[in-house]
Amino acid sequence: MSAALETRDLCKSFGALRVAEHISFRLEAGARHALIGPNGAGKTTFVNMLTGLLPPSAGLILLGGEDITRLAQAARVKRGIGRTFQINTLFSDMSVLDNVALGVAERQGLAARFWHPASRHHDVREEALGLLETLGLAEDAGKRVVDLPYGKQRLVEIAIALGLKPRVLLLDEPAAGVPTLESGMILQVLDRLPGEIAVLIIEHDMDVVFRFAQRITVLVEGTVLCEGTPAEIAGDARVQRIYLGERDG
Amino acid sequence: MTRSVGYGADPRIRFAEWLPWLGALAAFFLLPEYLPLGARILTYVLFALSLDLILGYAGIITLGHSAFFGLGAYVAGILAAKLGVTDPLLLLLAAACAAGALGIATGAVILRTHGLTQLMLTLAIAAVCLEIAHKATSVTGGADGLSGITIAPIFGAFKFDLFGRTAYLWCLALLFAGWWVTRKMIYSPFGATLCGIRENIVRMHAIGVPVYRRLLAAYAISAMLAGLAGALLAETNQFVGLNVLGFEPSGELMVMLILGGVGRLYGAFVGPLVYLIAQDFLAKQFPEYWYFGIGLMLVLVVLFARGGILGIADALVARARKTV
Repeated sequence: MSAALETRDLCKSFGALRVAEHISFRLEAGARHALIGPNGAGKTTFVNMLTGLLPPSAGLILLGGEDITRLAQAARVKRGIGRTFQINTLFSDMSVLDNVALGVAERQGLAARFWHPASRHHDVREEALGLLETLGLAEDAGKRVVDLPYGKQRLVEIAIALGLKPRVLLLDEPAAGVPTLESGMILQVLDRLPGEIAVLIIEHDMDVVFRFAQRITVLVEGTVLCEGTPAEIAGDARVQRIYLGERDG
Repeated sequence: MTRSVGYGADPRIRFAEWLPWLGALAAFFLLPEYLPLGARILTYVLFALSLDLILGYAGIITLGHSAFFGLGAYVAGILAAKLGVTDPLLLLLAAACAAGALGIATGAVILRTHGLTQLMLTLAIAAVCLEIAHKATSVTGGADGLSGITIAPIFGAFKFDLFGRTAYLWCLALLFAGWWVTRKMIYSPFGATLCGIRENIVRMHAIGVPVYRRLLAAYAISAMLAGLAGALLAETNQFVGLNVLGFEPSGELMVMLILGGVGRLYGAFVGPLVYLIAQDFLAKQFPEYWYFGIGLMLVLVVLFARGGILGIADALVARARKTV
């Protein structure tokens, strides 16, 4: 059976600098998978290749068995890849509702319509509002994103991605920079993500990783060091030496 | 007058939005000696509206918008003067189509670039158009301009008169149509998408928006509106000069829009009004130094009112509300 998302020998070079080397990776349908690695391991580059933001130098990317390596970003989104960004990439001056509705409208094929007012597209509004309610953001729907606390802005990132109804969701450090008091919100949302979505999370916070992931892939210097269950990864001497050695206990 | 568009915005036309139209109608009855200037202002408002659609809403920076304005003017002028097509509606239609086609052809190239490269390409396209108009003297009249334009009465009934009454009302009617269409578009999902592209193009790609195609559509529509404005100028002036093309009219238009307020829809109304009245007044009072006044106005707006004149109005209204 084909994986929800798979890469085969994926490589990326910037001139002489190799940032991804022969990464072969499988994300099973409905999986909760984490990608970890020290700074500069190539995690975000890998995600950027998966989404089409960066073209790979070599290798294949398969979504549900279909080769999407050469597809543009928009086409990959239409086929079911959603993502969040490590650094907030939102429409800061727009309302929370609009941030989510833009994606919903695009997915519903309504975003190119230029005659009826946007606010009269009730399907889009209701779906976006429903999503915001699920994430506890309903009261903030009319606020500008820039006026929200950072933790809630991170939630808007996730809401936008969920509005695309993805088959595969790539979460690039969803709790990065979020104060401890607000990170609980993010964790709750991660726990409640729909089971049918295959989720790949990139995260530095090991508590989040071990709480969330069923499988973990460790990336070091652009190559896959190892992959396994959280217990296997925690017990791997190489990982402990390279990455997890700093963990308490 | 707010910038708020999108899925939470109320699309109904507010009372304040009728004021420019009431003002324009009042000017028709109260200031009959200024109707030719009024027609020119209305034409430039339509031109500025077309720029606001791409600059203010879609974030495309251009210094070559006069290419579409000039093409519209020359298409209408050449059809009327050389080919005997005198129906004003037909001329407008031809001008809009030609400008739209140029918009698609040039937009297909320039919208693949960004920043300074894009800006330079728009400038180059306007310069090329200017040079073509300059050299093709047998068709365009070259540096002498295109004269001999005859325009038939509108709908066979309303003749363009010496006092500019018909021209003024014709410009007003077409501006109203242009405004209505533009406003509809801005409040639509398409308009919200353009604002999204302006705000964060990376995110728009990430939510699956075919950014290039949407920008190209907006660019073509904007070009058509600019072409319409150019044709209006040709019809009402019955003359087309080289000054409709090149950097100067594009830059002038940009200044008008910045003065009024970019991305506010009505900044396109206020900017040309203030600019052209100031130009008319200053050119009479200080024929040699009138540009100084315009420059000073622009410097003040850029330094103290980033949102243009409408930005000042918004700030004053907000302050008044706070005190109440």
